[in-house]
Amino acid sequence: MQVGIFSVGDVTTDPTNGRTPSEAERIKAMVTIALKAEEVGLDVFATGEHHNPPFVPSSPTTMLGYLAARTERLILSTATTLITTNDPVKIAEDYAMLQHLAGGRVDLMMGRGNTGPVYPWFGQDIRNGIPLAVENYALLRRLWREDVVSWEGTFRTPLQSFTSVPRPLDGVAPFVWHGSIRSPEIAEQAAYYGDGFFHNNIFWPMEHTRQMVALYRRRYEHYGHGQADQAIVGLGGQVFMRKNSQDAVREFRPYFDNAPVYGHGPSLEDFTEQTPLTVGSPQEVIERTLAFREEVGDYQRQLFLMDHAGLPLKTVLEQLDILGEQVVPVLRKEFDARRPAHVPEAPTHASLVAAASATASQGATTGALSR
Amino acid sequence: MTDRTLAVVTAGLSQPSSTRLLADQLAAAADEALREIGVTTQVEIVELREHAHDLIDNLLTGFPSPALGAALDTVLGADGLIAVTPVFTASYSGLFKTFVDVLGPDALTGMPVLIAATAGTARHSLILDHAMRPLFSHLRAVVVPTGVFAAADDWGSGDGTATRALADRVKRAAGELAPLIAAREPRGPLDPFAVPIPFEQLLAGG
Repeated sequence: MQVGIFSVGDVTTDPTNGRTPSEAERIKAMVTIALKAEEVGLDVFATGEHHNPPFVPSSPTTMLGYLAARTERLILSTATTLITTNDPVKIAEDYAMLQHLAGGRVDLMMGRGNTGPVYPWFGQDIRNGIPLAVENYALLRRLWREDVVSWEGTFRTPLQSFTSVPRPLDGVAPFVWHGSIRSPEIAEQAAYYGDGFFHNNIFWPMEHTRQMVALYRRRYEHYGHGQADQAIVGLGGQVFMRKNSQDAVREFRPYFDNAPVYGHGPSLEDFTEQTPLTVGSPQEVIERTLAFREEVGDYQRQLFLMDHAGLPLKTVLEQLDILGEQVVPVLRKEFDARRPAHVPEAPTHASLVAAASATASQGATTGALSR
Repeated sequence: MTDRTLAVVTAGLSQPSSTRLLADQLAAAADEALREIGVTTQVEIVELREHAHDLIDNLLTGFPSPALGAALDTVLGADGLIAVTPVFTASYSGLFKTFVDVLGPDALTGMPVLIAATAGTARHSLILDHAMRPLFSHLRAVVVPTGVFAAADDWGSGDGTATRALADRVKRAAGELAPLIAAREPRGPLDPFAVPIPFEQLLAGG
């Protein structure tokens, strides 16, 4: 089980004191948070990608490249990489370069982005969101897997004998997750390729998440990648913890009430009941998170959103201490104890390299026998 | 055994409300008209007042509370709809429109719909044809020709002529709705996850 955090990178006013961090402060805070994630023993840090205020992370590989140099073990990922408005050629190049610099500690989560005005800034149209995600990703896969690509499609100029450099580290493309909240087409896409499927369920009822993951698992098996329960699933989570539940609720409520996404809407109590948001003691977070497994089956990656809604950096770092010390070790132990032997862990660069060389040597043996 | 499901959405706010009263009369008349052509009907009433806060929350969060979700499923899975709103400021009420907004653009495609409205005076009666009918046409619903409007007078004043005229309109509208519902295959519960578009088809451009 991989447990980590993801950051949207929003610049949000702290509703308790009216203070808004500068972009410089927020960028530095994201770095500090990522370094803290490694320090407290988390597995993954994922950054969002946004091209409009109030968000800062428009250049994910710049940030992740810097983090690669300052960390040893942390897997660097995205939440999400905009497969719709980025040129797939540039994604192929940027993330292969990052993969080399990070020694393979890289994977990506593809997403479409739901901010309408962003699309035309990059020459696209949000109404083509799904077709863009389908075509661009199909090209991206080829660019990582084939040394020389000639290609023609709908959304960008054709490629003639193009080689994307650098070639992926050890000849193995980064593992890809596909993130979607409500589009069955994206679950279908992840299943078709045997890629991971990430449901960022933090703002949605678990029942919806259960159905999307069930669809992905069913189609993963349909496309012959393994049994449904062997499909690679990730979930989002949103928590705020203090030793005593009441303290957590009291401290988090003003942030909840004014949060950019759900603020001024449902009560903290209703939202906690209807979505995975958990505000309480570390033990409550452990119990709630373990219960996700009962909805979606054994899954491989759990990412929490910790730095949002204007929470000050100091508070976020305290939350990460609690997460690392009291929650994650229990989650890893309990999830691993429950997971049957035939259900795989999330792929890593090392496991993908091992699988590729196993396939190659198997091919060589088969070839020798046939001769 | 139930053959068809009829959803009745009513946006009245007071208790009791004349909007609900009209909704009940229309539902009873539709039930009767369906029985006459050999169809038994399950009538499901959705009182929007009960979901007012949840509707606003749904606008903000993008998902319904469990109670609102059940109400939406009632309409999505129905074979026909009776929609009744009070007139507020020269149109359907904001609560009524919010429910329709939350239902989504494809929810009522092809659904037989009977439109009805209530107001204090008959001067608002064109709301049915200048507000309600275009709304449901936009949603590609099949709106029956007779809409039913009830003003305060229609509930009983003078010699009873108005009340009888309202009862006649209710009966005529229900008589138009019933055969449309009977002619459709039962819709049953919807499952957007049941049959995905195969990926080869998506790769081929749709």
